[in-house]
Amino acid sequence: MLGRTLREVSAALKQGHITPTELCQKCLSIIKKTKFLNAYITVSEEVALKQAEESEKRYKKGHSLGDLDGIPIAVKDNFSTSGIETTCASNMLRGYVPPYNATVVQKLLDQGALLMGKTNLDEFAMGALGSDTGGSTRNPAAHCGLVGLKPSYGLVSRHGLIPLVNSMDVPGILTRCVDDAAIVLGVLAGHDPKDSTTIQDPVKPFVLPSLTDVSKLCIGIPKEYLTPELSSEVRSLWSKAANLFESEGAKVIEVSLPHTSYSIVCYHVLCTSEVASNMARFDGLEYGHRCDIDVSTEAMYAATRREGFNDVVRGRILSGNFFLLKENYENYFVKAQKVRRLIANDFVTVFNSGVDVLLTPTTLSEAVPYTEFIKEDNRTRSAQDDIFTQAANMAGLPAVSVPMALSNQGLPIGLQFIGRAFCDQELLTIARWFEKQVQFPVIQLQELMDDCSSVFENEKLASVSLKQ
Amino acid sequence: MAAPMLRLCCPGRRWALACIDGCSRHRRGAPNGCTSSRKRGQSSVAQQPFITAQKPRKGEHEWAAVVGLEIHAQISSKSKLFSGSQVHFAAPPNSLVSFFDASLPGTLPVLNRRCVEAAVMTGLALNCRINKKSLFDRKHYFYADLPAGYQITQQRLPIAVNGSLVYSFCAGKNRSQVINKTARVKQIQLEQDSGKSLHDDLRSQTLIDLNRAGVGLLEVVLEPDMSCGEEAATAVRELQLILQALGTSQANMAEGQLRVDANISVHHPGEPLGVRTEVKNLNSARFLAKAIDYEIQRQINELENGGEILNETRSFDSKLGCTIPMRDKEGKQDYRFMPEPNLPPLLLYDTESLPAGADPQQVIDIDRIREQLPELPSVTREKLVQQYGMLPEHSFTLLNEVGLLEFFQNVMKETRAEPKKVTSWVLNTLLGFLKQQNLAVSESPVTPSALAELLNLLDRKAISSSAAKQVFEELWRNEGKTPAQIVSEKKLELMQDQEALEQLCHAVMEGHPQVVMDVKKGNPRAINKLIGLVRKVTLSRADPTVIKEILEKKLAS
Repeated sequence: MLGRTLREVSAALKQGHITPTELCQKCLSIIKKTKFLNAYITVSEEVALKQAEESEKRYKKGHSLGDLDGIPIAVKDNFSTSGIETTCASNMLRGYVPPYNATVVQKLLDQGALLMGKTNLDEFAMGALGSDTGGSTRNPAAHCGLVGLKPSYGLVSRHGLIPLVNSMDVPGILTRCVDDAAIVLGVLAGHDPKDSTTIQDPVKPFVLPSLTDVSKLCIGIPKEYLTPELSSEVRSLWSKAANLFESEGAKVIEVSLPHTSYSIVCYHVLCTSEVASNMARFDGLEYGHRCDIDVSTEAMYAATRREGFNDVVRGRILSGNFFLLKENYENYFVKAQKVRRLIANDFVTVFNSGVDVLLTPTTLSEAVPYTEFIKEDNRTRSAQDDIFTQAANMAGLPAVSVPMALSNQGLPIGLQFIGRAFCDQELLTIARWFEKQVQFPVIQLQELMDDCSSVFENEKLASVSLKQ
Repeated sequence: MAAPMLRLCCPGRRWALACIDGCSRHRRGAPNGCTSSRKRGQSSVAQQPFITAQKPRKGEHEWAAVVGLEIHAQISSKSKLFSGSQVHFAAPPNSLVSFFDASLPGTLPVLNRRCVEAAVMTGLALNCRINKKSLFDRKHYFYADLPAGYQITQQRLPIAVNGSLVYSFCAGKNRSQVINKTARVKQIQLEQDSGKSLHDDLRSQTLIDLNRAGVGLLEVVLEPDMSCGEEAATAVRELQLILQALGTSQANMAEGQLRVDANISVHHPGEPLGVRTEVKNLNSARFLAKAIDYEIQRQINELENGGEILNETRSFDSKLGCTIPMRDKEGKQDYRFMPEPNLPPLLLYDTESLPAGADPQQVIDIDRIREQLPELPSVTREKLVQQYGMLPEHSFTLLNEVGLLEFFQNVMKETRAEPKKVTSWVLNTLLGFLKQQNLAVSESPVTPSALAELLNLLDRKAISSSAAKQVFEELWRNEGKTPAQIVSEKKLELMQDQEALEQLCHAVMEGHPQVVMDVKKGNPRAINKLIGLVRKVTLSRADPTVIKEILEKKLAS
């Protein structure tokens, strides 16, 4: 049951094949068994079981709230959850219990979803995991064989999402299949009076029309994405995917996004500047960590912030403040904003030339082992991780990573589709067609559980847990 | 609250007087109202009034002072600029704080429509160009009562620019001549207020109250077009009246709804402007004038003694009456301005640009706000002068005292008395009594109706002026009696019986032959003595002019 799609589980719940409580307990047990993975910061077992109980009552009365009723969900620990500790994996917010729910969390709970807990992240999401600022939904999705959707900026409320870069942050959706992502997006999308950057226009329900004929589609292949660092395996899957579209009658053309190569450095200036600003509120006064020093307010600030933030966060705060200094503002921040505009304009030009979606890799390669991963410092790592994903955030475009196949090592590889702004439905429709063609294997969680004990002796975790 | 408010807000008149005296002395030869005749952007140096240094040296005895103002007016609105928290003065500490006001992570600003309308209305009243597109910025600094570590303001593109504030003095022998002056309004920007810090030195603690954090402010920036404390105070007073007339701010300085920072420099006329200092947080009109004049003199003394002026931030010590440097780092820090990413540009429309079918709840139409502009104080004063033949200085006083104009108008509605009489009673008698007891107009024990009735009695000569004063004093004691009741109880009616009056006059003349002799000898003052004696026996109930007529007739016969 745990390996099934949202639709399938929802149907099983409606038909009474499984109860919300049983499902919830299964999830909780797998969370416990995989505790060594450190995936969760907080497991909200009690809350989840209580929600399950209520959901069960609704099903018994035949008053289910919809497709999400009784469905277990996890939320990254940078979304505010009322009454549940929200830390951003930072000492700074250790013990901080928000008094309110993020709009997206509230929307999911209103639909009857069960909140299992809060998942781990780099401190303040400055690495590559969940909400999506530079690729943090799509990259992990690609590595884990999941669908990772970054909706258009302004389509989904950021209220309650603890910000990294306000102008690029988007709540991301991780699901097993494109349909599920569409269902969740349908619940989350729409104007939020609490977030002035969400669009005012009413959002139509996200029902994906079934696409059988791709002959009218034009798929763009950005040539700048063919970088030397791209692994040959990903490269060959990418061209296989392009061929697939072409063989089914779609027009596949090479396009150019000339400013994409500046995306990472531009991002660095804008991101650190916004980080410096956003982190100014963590002063130990109103909430979160406070040091013991009370010589003066200034000394208290300094020590609190030194103790509360890790090196990566502190480094970004320092560079961000440097870029925002009066003497540097024009040379860094304003220039970066101009570059950002050029990057966004590249996409506009391409889409105006008749391209419907862009097809790109999501990541340079399959997931690398931890020992490899920690070799690079955070900045280099995020530069490599976000190389294909970041430009979509710069331009506010919707993008989705769809798993395509397993690597020779047995690890998942995903490809990315980037669509026109606010054409999320069109993007998902094409992604679903692709998903149907490639038939990515379903993760067999039960097997994973059974093999769990042997996993550590046998490094080939993924190969035993996935069936080709 | 009203008593301290009067005390703190209204001494403007007294200071205005002092300023005219002080400034006109230095401005001898310069045309009156020079500021208003100056072209925008033109150097103001030559026309600045001069302040004579105490110990003039040869060739450098003349100094010109330049004063610019940054005025923060709290917007009168139900809720804060970016959150739904209520706005109240003197609510229990931290009782009006939303998650956003406390800067809880993940919360976002939502712009308050009312605050935008207030800014547009104020901009229109100050002849500004309203920017159809304006932007919000973050201004960063660490302070305990600034929870987010930044203030949201409008640095790059404010909502209104390039306006003017016309303020006036009464000058001349009888203060009957009105001199208009103009201070250019550089811009008006919307921004958040900070919270309040209360320093407990004994326990070396700072207590924070966030009730004020996030309240909407209008920052009105006045160009350095003023030249002394009194001009600045008068300009601020006029702005205060405008804001109150618009209802965009209560602008009560005692409650901190209007706060002023002054930029001050001195230079020799014809030379470039001097280094300026900023005197921060001036919270009363009186302190504003005092602080500016002190600072001007301090700078002159400093320069005359070979010192130099530092570009620094100073505060005014009201007890010592001097400005002192703020050790605070607020002086020269880099605010690291950044666009506020959570607020899209603020777009305004006029009738022409209004998109067809736009939801009126979602758009702000500048022209509609223009239509709603109430009468501004300068117009009200002009009308008073025209309608009632009032002296300009009286029109100023009527507007300067909160509620006095309304009182006057209510009296006018119910009385047949001459406007001049009413003005005199309201400005001299009523205001005198109020001032003596430190009361606000709203606290007056004498109602407009009672005063109107009293003036009617006086108008139809039912009582004498002195009796009227007596009745007023009785009314002030507020024992619930009408003027008519008091008149009848105290037997204050004028004696109308001509025959009885003639008999009394006769008796007085009989009793004071010496005085009668004096009159006949040609002493013109002697008759007044007789009038006084007659009035005394009538218990002041006779009309002196009638008595005079009778006496003259009798003395001539």
